[in-house]
Amino acid sequence: MSSRDLILGRVRRALAGVPDVEITRAYRGPSDKPGDIRLFEERVRDYRAVVHLVDEPGVAERVARSLAERGARRVVVPAGFPAPWLAAADVEAVADDPPLSAAELDAVDGVITTCAVAIAETGTIVLDAGPGQGRRALTLVPDYHLCVVRAAEVVANVPDAVARLVPARPLTWISGPSATSDIELNRVEGVHGPRTLEVLIVT
Amino acid sequence: MRVALFVTCVNDTLFPDTGRAVVRLLRRLGVEADFPRAQTCCGQMHANTGYRDEAVRLARRSVAALRGYDAVVVPSGSCAAMIREQYPGLAGSSGPFADAVAQVVPKTYELTEFLVDVLGVTDVGAYFPHRVTYHPTCHSLRGIHLGDRPLTLLRQVKGLELVPLPGAEECCGFGGTFALKNADVSAAMCADKVRAVLDTGAEVLCAADNSCLMHIGGMLGRQRSGVRVTHLAEILCSTETAGVR
Amino acid sequence: MSVTFLGMPAERPFPRNAARAVRDSQLRFNLRKATRTIRARRASVVAEAPDWAELREAGRAIKEHTLRNLDRYLVRLEEAVTAAGGHVHWAADGDEANRIVAGLVKATGETEVVKVKSMATQEIGLNEALHEQGITAYETDLAELIVQLGDDRPSHILVPAIHRNRAEIREIFAEHMAGWGRPAPGDLTDEPAALAEAARLHLRERFLKTKVAISGANFAIAETGTLVVLESEGNGRMCLTLPRTLISVVGIEKVLPAWRDLEVFLQLLPRSSTGERMNPYTSMWTGAAEGQEFHLVLLDNGRTGVLADEVGRQALRCIRCSACLNVCPVYERTGGHAYGSVYPGPIGAILTPQLRGMGSELDRSLPYASSLCGACYEVCPVAIDIPSVLVDLRARAPHPWPERAGMAAAGWVFERSGRLARLQRAGGRLRRLMPRRLPGPLGGWTDTRDLPEVPKESFRDWWDRTDGGRR
Ligand code: SF4
Repeated sequence: MSSRDLILGRVRRALAGVPDVEITRAYRGPSDKPGDIRLFEERVRDYRAVVHLVDEPGVAERVARSLAERGARRVVVPAGFPAPWLAAADVEAVADDPPLSAAELDAVDGVITTCAVAIAETGTIVLDAGPGQGRRALTLVPDYHLCVVRAAEVVANVPDAVARLVPARPLTWISGPSATSDIELNRVEGVHGPRTLEVLIVT
Repeated sequence: MRVALFVTCVNDTLFPDTGRAVVRLLRRLGVEADFPRAQTCCGQMHANTGYRDEAVRLARRSVAALRGYDAVVVPSGSCAAMIREQYPGLAGSSGPFADAVAQVVPKTYELTEFLVDVLGVTDVGAYFPHRVTYHPTCHSLRGIHLGDRPLTLLRQVKGLELVPLPGAEECCGFGGTFALKNADVSAAMCADKVRAVLDTGAEVLCAADNSCLMHIGGMLGRQRSGVRVTHLAEILCSTETAGVR
Repeated sequence: MSVTFLGMPAERPFPRNAARAVRDSQLRFNLRKATRTIRARRASVVAEAPDWAELREAGRAIKEHTLRNLDRYLVRLEEAVTAAGGHVHWAADGDEANRIVAGLVKATGETEVVKVKSMATQEIGLNEALHEQGITAYETDLAELIVQLGDDRPSHILVPAIHRNRAEIREIFAEHMAGWGRPAPGDLTDEPAALAEAARLHLRERFLKTKVAISGANFAIAETGTLVVLESEGNGRMCLTLPRTLISVVGIEKVLPAWRDLEVFLQLLPRSSTGERMNPYTSMWTGAAEGQEFHLVLLDNGRTGVLADEVGRQALRCIRCSACLNVCPVYERTGGHAYGSVYPGPIGAILTPQLRGMGSELDRSLPYASSLCGACYEVCPVAIDIPSVLVDLRARAPHPWPERAGMAAAGWVFERSGRLARLQRAGGRLRRLMPRRLPGPLGGWTDTRDLPEVPKESFRDWWDRTDGGRR
């Protein structure tokens, strides 16, 4: 007998005559309302990420300032990232085409992306490898991640985000910079992922 | 209202003052409690140590002694929790034992529940001029959810200075036979509880369970700390004219 | 009967391990500090969620429903993962899982793998099994790294090195990093940020060049075939993203029916485990993502035995958040090693004896490693009634004869109120003879505590003599 049949057989024997249970979902489900931008800003900041609120015309200038302050010269720009937003920045835009090797990614100064969804209540941004985001390694290996979030992408809570996302895509949920609580259960920012996360919220 | 006192074997044997205090307190509030003589032990020690058959026998005896009353008053959060939380499981879903349990369980009250919820009193007219701290024992707190009832009662006691106990919700380490089977861990837990009690500067530590108090008090005594332990009932029974004894 | 292996050998009984642990002041201090920090953090983010009780109820019910239909959901998961280009393997026990993983690694021609922290692979002793096959597994989670470098054992399910403080960690890094790769910086201090930086540098190159990764998973969605890993440091993302081959070893109880169910568990888990609104990184992938080769190994290793137990089966709802460990007064004073299993604390006390049986003295003692204070049940995000399972296991554990005799005697006395009354009277008469120190197992009490004074008269005798105080 295969282990598959063995395990499934054991499961079926264990469950013979066991009644099912009812699932009650009395918790707050999807709110279907836009997320509170101020709350999102506050919650992202709680993770010790850098946050700015800008209006649409101010994005290019804010991006340029952030990259300059960071001292970033070579920045990965995934396909589909809105070109006007980079217009004012004095950086070398590195494309992932042909795909950059891990070592090449390690050598750039940062990465700039958009996101798929952002969650106000938890201060989370979610990337789904869509336009302007690129494959997962792009936002992982570089030490600096600048993410531009449009107001329309901000949802209120976790159920809203789950409802909006497409499971078949590779998803990365990011809440603040890389951190660890492994030393005396105190949170320290900055381990293997980007040690600096900067979020621009476009209002 | 026919009220039975389920005094518990620990109080009956080692802390009769607590039982006497409950009787006198209830009498002062106009309730004549009956003491069903056939009662012995609720079976908690057996159940929690893994002796289910003995526990079932004792549970049968207890509900037989206690059924038919309008209320059963238990001066122990732990034994009240045993009756309410564990008896239904021991009794199964049908049969005379299950019927008796179904009859007794909803009528079983820990003392402060009986005072606050059934009699509707929070000021029992007590006088106790001491600095007191209160330890909410685990089964009172998380088993039968006594909540604020004991503190509400204590706050109305004349002359009593109530001081909060830091880390109050943490277990004292008694746990019945746990104190013997895991004596080292139990003592370590108790040491922390004792330290918290001493930090309050209280002269008296009270609780709704004499078993936990026996444990904490045993260490307070061994350290010659001078802090004494007293069941809540004895404080509530004290008046300006009469002490407990 | 084969004995399920749980990552470490079952040795001395819990009370003896605990007696040693409670005397270790460094351990006591480290644990007290760490558990208190995390408890406060959890309490504040849980209090912030207005629908926590409803989320907890839904979490309990979803898990319970999944367990009751586990065969259906496992088959569904297999279909979905396969359809998305992944390969599914079934392992009846740890040995089989280890063989499968070793075979998959060998097929790639690699001899080094990077690992994301996973309880399942610890449980089956995968690293040791791979080592025997000439494959080196590098742990990449900071706490796992500390344990691996220090040749230590994990003592917590979320933070395996919780028993170590910063000074000890610094020493381990300074001494042992060189033996495993890039040495620690010469001027390493015990600042947590400096220690995290040392780990970053030590592992960086390995992440960039290793071709095979091994992970576990927090959840596996039957409906879509999606696997979910929650983490903090980014080591998980490194392992899940960069290597060409990814092998995930996942216990069969980790399956969830539908994508939507994540809306519950992505709230329950981060708040219960690290006490955050959300953990820094969560990765979700379905099948062969971004051209990776993906293998899912579904692990039984005793779980179906637990599933068959009416009371104990609820332990399979566990999402390994570790809230029960962090709040447990026993765990706080003994640490995890005393439990002799990769699953310590309250969940370990109910899971280990169910998975491994109660054949050894240690495993028999685990259901008693609790004062039944109920704090674990209160914080458990899937409402596992740990105290009830402990009591149920105690009823099935073989008891030592002196205890049986004592319990039988007590039962006999309580059987008749007259017997109790006679015993009370004898006690009242002999009260002055009561020794200050009790013999045998009862000495555990009097070693540290005084005995209460035995009263002259029991309550029932007072009642009879005074007609309930009316005379
Ligand atoms: S038993 Fe509950 S509290 Fe403990 S680790 Fe599992 S899910 Fe968390």
